[in-house]
Amino acid sequence: MSDTSTIVQNDTQDAHEHHPTGLSRWLFTTNHKEIGTLYLIFSFVMLFIGGGMAFVIRAELFQPGLQLIDPEFFNQMTTMHGLIMVFGVVMPAFVGLANWMVPLMIGAPDMALPRMNNWSFWIMPFAFGMLLSSLFMDGGGPNFGWTFYAPLSTTYAPPSTTFFIFGVHLMGLSSIMGAINIITTIMNMRAPGMTLMKMPMFVWTWLITAFLLIAVMPVLAGCVTMMLMDIHFGTSFFNAAGGGDPVMFQHIFWFFGHPEVYIMILPAFGVVSQIIPAFSRKKLFGYHSMVYATASIAILSFVVWAHHMFTVGLPLAAELFFMYSTMLIAVPTGVKVFNWVSTMFKGSMTFEAPMLFSVAFVVLFTIGGLSGLMLSIAPADFQYHDTYFVVAHFHYVLVPGAIFGIIAATYYWIPKWSGYMYNEGLAKVHFWLSFIGLNLTFFPMHFLGLAGMPRRIPDYALQFADFNMVTSIGAFLFGTTQLLFLYIVIQCARGKGEPAPQKPWEGAEGLEWTVPSPAPLHTFEQPPKVD
Amino acid sequence: MLSAVLRVKHLIGIVAGLMLPVVSFAAWELNMPKGKTPISETVYDLHMVIFYICVVIAIIVFGVMFWSIFHHRKSKGHKPANFHESTTVEIVWTAIPLIILIVMAIPATQGVFAMYNTDESDLDIQVTGYQWKWRYQYIGEDIDYFSVLSTPKEQIDNLEAKGEHYLLEVDEPLVVPVRKKIRFLLTSNDVIHAWWVPELAVKKDAIPGFINETWTSINEPGIYRGQCAELCGKDHGFMPIVVKAVEEAEYLDWLAEKKHQRELALAKAAAEAELTWDLDELMTKGQEVYQKNCLACHQDQGQGLPPVFPALKGSPLIKGDISEHIRVVLHGRTGTAMAAYSAQLSDSDIAAVVTYERNAWGQNTGETVQPSAVAELR
Amino acid sequence: MSQISNHSLPNPPNYYVPHQSKWPIIATVAVFCLLYGMASVLHSSQVGKMSAMPGWIMLAGLGLTVYMIYGWFSNVVQESQQGLYSAQLDRSFRMGMAWFIFSEVMFFAAFFGALFYARVLSVPWLGGEGDKGISNQLWQGFSAHWPLLTNPDPELFPGPSGTIPAWQIPFLNTAILVTSSFTVTLAHHALKEDKRQRCIQWLALTVMLGVIFLGFQLYEYQHAYRDLQLTLSSGIYGSTFFMLTGFHGAHVTIGTIMLAVILVRVTKGHFTKDKHFGFEASAWYWHFVDVVWLLLFTFVYVL
Ligand code: HEA
Ligand code: HEA
Ligand code: CUA
Ligand SMILES: [Cu+2]
Repeated sequence: MSDTSTIVQNDTQDAHEHHPTGLSRWLFTTNHKEIGTLYLIFSFVMLFIGGGMAFVIRAELFQPGLQLIDPEFFNQMTTMHGLIMVFGVVMPAFVGLANWMVPLMIGAPDMALPRMNNWSFWIMPFAFGMLLSSLFMDGGGPNFGWTFYAPLSTTYAPPSTTFFIFGVHLMGLSSIMGAINIITTIMNMRAPGMTLMKMPMFVWTWLITAFLLIAVMPVLAGCVTMMLMDIHFGTSFFNAAGGGDPVMFQHIFWFFGHPEVYIMILPAFGVVSQIIPAFSRKKLFGYHSMVYATASIAILSFVVWAHHMFTVGLPLAAELFFMYSTMLIAVPTGVKVFNWVSTMFKGSMTFEAPMLFSVAFVVLFTIGGLSGLMLSIAPADFQYHDTYFVVAHFHYVLVPGAIFGIIAATYYWIPKWSGYMYNEGLAKVHFWLSFIGLNLTFFPMHFLGLAGMPRRIPDYALQFADFNMVTSIGAFLFGTTQLLFLYIVIQCARGKGEPAPQKPWEGAEGLEWTVPSPAPLHTFEQPPKVD
Repeated sequence: MLSAVLRVKHLIGIVAGLMLPVVSFAAWELNMPKGKTPISETVYDLHMVIFYICVVIAIIVFGVMFWSIFHHRKSKGHKPANFHESTTVEIVWTAIPLIILIVMAIPATQGVFAMYNTDESDLDIQVTGYQWKWRYQYIGEDIDYFSVLSTPKEQIDNLEAKGEHYLLEVDEPLVVPVRKKIRFLLTSNDVIHAWWVPELAVKKDAIPGFINETWTSINEPGIYRGQCAELCGKDHGFMPIVVKAVEEAEYLDWLAEKKHQRELALAKAAAEAELTWDLDELMTKGQEVYQKNCLACHQDQGQGLPPVFPALKGSPLIKGDISEHIRVVLHGRTGTAMAAYSAQLSDSDIAAVVTYERNAWGQNTGETVQPSAVAELR
Repeated sequence: MSQISNHSLPNPPNYYVPHQSKWPIIATVAVFCLLYGMASVLHSSQVGKMSAMPGWIMLAGLGLTVYMIYGWFSNVVQESQQGLYSAQLDRSFRMGMAWFIFSEVMFFAAFFGALFYARVLSVPWLGGEGDKGISNQLWQGFSAHWPLLTNPDPELFPGPSGTIPAWQIPFLNTAILVTSSFTVTLAHHALKEDKRQRCIQWLALTVMLGVIFLGFQLYEYQHAYRDLQLTLSSGIYGSTFFMLTGFHGAHVTIGTIMLAVILVRVTKGHFTKDKHFGFEASAWYWHFVDVVWLLLFTFVYVL
């Protein structure tokens, strides 16, 4: 996303060692900025692939009846869309942001383990190559939902599932190594005087996210390994005939899966906690409580997983425990929301694109969170579960949550990456079109769900027709709007637009603004002094 | 793959569809149905309570936010204050949400207890999910039948106008008495399904190898429609549930009638098992059976959807030994999606469908299978 | 280990950042070929379209992986010998290794979770006990006993005729691993006192113990498959048993190889008495493997 070629031009300090260009430069790089760029580009490409699949889904659901695709291909689209958006878009984008910004924000010369950093990235394209290739095998690709419940994903799965499993192994490998790198960088590479409690919120949220990643990705790996064994080696982990239990799969999957959803939102919390103070020209309210809230969200996220399984027939005690623990998460999250609002309160606000997206984040994420809270009420969830109400919930926390967080971060830091200001006018258009399109897409899903439309169906009863049409139209609007985003970013990268000053945002604070724009390839080779 | 994606005849469908006046079925339904059972009312009330609480919270939070967005902007020359901490407010807005949550938790807990109490039922029904149909067994009464989607394929493919209950209609609904506590024992024959009827507020997963219990008691007669609510493969969207709640008397009549029919059916089957059929008879009967039971997976030309649903036409099984063929239909193939049909089909049904599979689609082997042959292999 | 904080130094030595490296991308290709090949092998055997190609891809991947590991590590070793690594970088390595081991712990946690779930919940339920005991209606005549010798569906999953008694080979293996944990620590102390000869002896002994452990494990597996019909496919007992002990065995193998490499390096005169991270990392890993075994011994064999 950033214009790395300009980085090289501006790269004066680096004159002593010749720097390869062309492909080899990207294949062999150990530089956190270049690798960050690679991550961001990769996730942007994936956004369009996953979004394209969402287009296919919405086109089929535009009207009742089967128009464009067969049910089994529809299921593959749903599955792949979910997998790609979660593992191929949101996670790599945040790792890319961490690569770019964490060393700059803590005054480190680079990531702690630069070679492993390169490895973590390059695994991703291969992993998704493997995953996507499964779509073209006979029997089709994964068609059991991104949650791949057994036995639909084992005994009854298409043969390509084996490739899906190894693809997940590769993604896991990449995420774990990436997380180890980030956690080590933060613990060990801070500039003198940069104490933990002086770290920017983005760094804090990533520290905690990295911990979550290291804790749960291996569990996912174990989960898919058991699938592999059930499919090919006659084990019976998820088969009652041998003493196993299909529900055991769900427990293991969601032990990973719920922390995973916070992995997708905590870095966005961090981004917003950087941007809101900057554009309110006022210090972040309640820094300490923000840190503690983030930590408690992370800890709680390990004991709420079965709220995805209220209808599988959990024992009564478990049902109640998971209901209470899930409801509790509203408290620390509330603290964060209230802190953001109080930061804006009595500030001196301006509304450039990063701020617009951040404000929208606070509003729309809260809506998604509140619907999440409704889902956490077990008796009510018996009605909501596996309907479009759930789909509405998680798109509200993921699209205006995670995705808006990523977009806001891009606008906020792209001057530092590329050395050029983005086109503010177009960015505002991008914001408003996205805002409208997104609510048009996902708000009616609440109604559909409550009226009783199940998720993961290629065709629906007539009473759902109208809202589905609205939703599809909204989706096309939102999706195509992202092409505008692509254009804006490319313009920046190609050096069209004002040259960016060292610190383009009046209220911004932090070490990243003490280096020139664009940031030279090597920064803080001598650690700065922080006090 | 593209061939699988694009179905030209459906492009016609789109055009046809677009011409349908969409608003004609305008049902801008916004909220959860209040439902017709004690539980569904509890759930509905609970749902509304949480909803209103969330609305209030949202109004307060967003109210403050937009107020300051409006007043505290630089363009209005507002100077930033420099407060950035206050332990007291932090405590306050940790405590208040906590209290709200506790208030919510009380009715929620009661709801869970109510849902889990399956004791003292008047009637027990075992519900078994199959790919992609439901099987209902009235425990104690020997009533046992399957319930399958009855919407014609043409409607789904947009070749004819869609009926009022498009996708929510079945050949044989579940018939139950009103104001009686009905206990459902849910399980599955293959993958996980979920039995869901919104207006009864009953949703429970049907898990292969395990039995889940749930219950309902319906206030008033009526027809209540639902769908399978857990992704269960290709036709997950096409396995609806229809519950017909009737007064007790009517229910008993139905029960008697059903039993009578069953006896007739058994008698018929027995009779049919005796006689020997000629090819044409077997083919016509076989076609019916095939379309009802086999078509979903093995497709109308027997081409299947390989490799998960293998082709029948020209397959070694079809070409090979007849009794092996019959055995597979009777007992299914463990570890695959092929289910056992011994429970669902009579000897003559199986004889007919096996014959059909061996002669249809231009294979005309001329082989015929007699019910007696099937009876031996049961 | 000299833990002087980099920050306290007047002007800290630069943190060594290698410029460009070909190893990561080689590693990516290697791992990809390995897994893609493995997937193709399984896939083709499943759809019954056997061909040699996948096997070759897999082997190529394996070869490339070995080459990569060798190349990458010797690269790092050289840099370390050239004294390019500051105390801070050394700390990075330590943290990296520590977190990696934590991730391994979580990997095993998944399988232990499966074991506990089966023993405490699913098997009793299927046997008619507890909250979902009604499920037993589907498995007439099945009753729950751990170790599970008859499965709910004995046709589909014929159970084992017996299980491995804890107090024979497994107990011996426990003794072996625990001892090896001591010997590796003694080797470490020796190194810290610069007593190389002793270090080499203890280390060699550790490696030997590792190999012996693996030998016993293999023998046990043979016995299980041949005499007890205890296999991966003999129901949830066999599944969890081989999954846990199998992955543990794999980790012992890796650990043994790591220690063997360290042994060679020590004999080559690598490491100094206060700078020998490679040694410590392998030792940590070895202790981790040991602890996992103790859990295994308790929950898989004894209880
Ligand atoms: C970024 C991702 C993300 C985030 C942050 C969340 C956040 C939350 N989620 Fe969500 N969730 C998903 C992603 C996410 N979820 C996904 C992907 C699924 C579907 C998976 C699948 O099946 O495919 C899902 C599904 C899901 C379910 C299962 C639904 C079902 O399948 O039946 C439940 C049930 O409890 C739930 C609950 C919650 C809760 C309580 C929160 C809480 O963290 C929300 C907390 C926030 C607030 C509450 C708002 C702000 C707070 C205040 C303003 C304070 C005052 C408020 C009160 C005191 C009430 N989620
Ligand atoms: C971060 C995660 C994320 C994001 C960003 C999105 C984005 C979108 N999602 Fe996604 N979604 C999930 C995560 C996400 N989703 C998950 C986890 C599921 C569950 C899967 C499952 O059930 O297993 C799901 C399921 C899901 C469903 C339910 C499917 C079903 O149940 O059958 C639907 C239906 O409308 C949907 C729609 C959309 C739309 C319209 C968008 C839009 O925001 C996308 C807008 C598009 C873009 C931003 C890209 C721009 C693309 C173009 C400009 C097109 C150009 C290219 C071509 C035309 C090829 N999603
Ligand atoms: Cu059956 Cu979905
Ligand atoms: Cu969750």
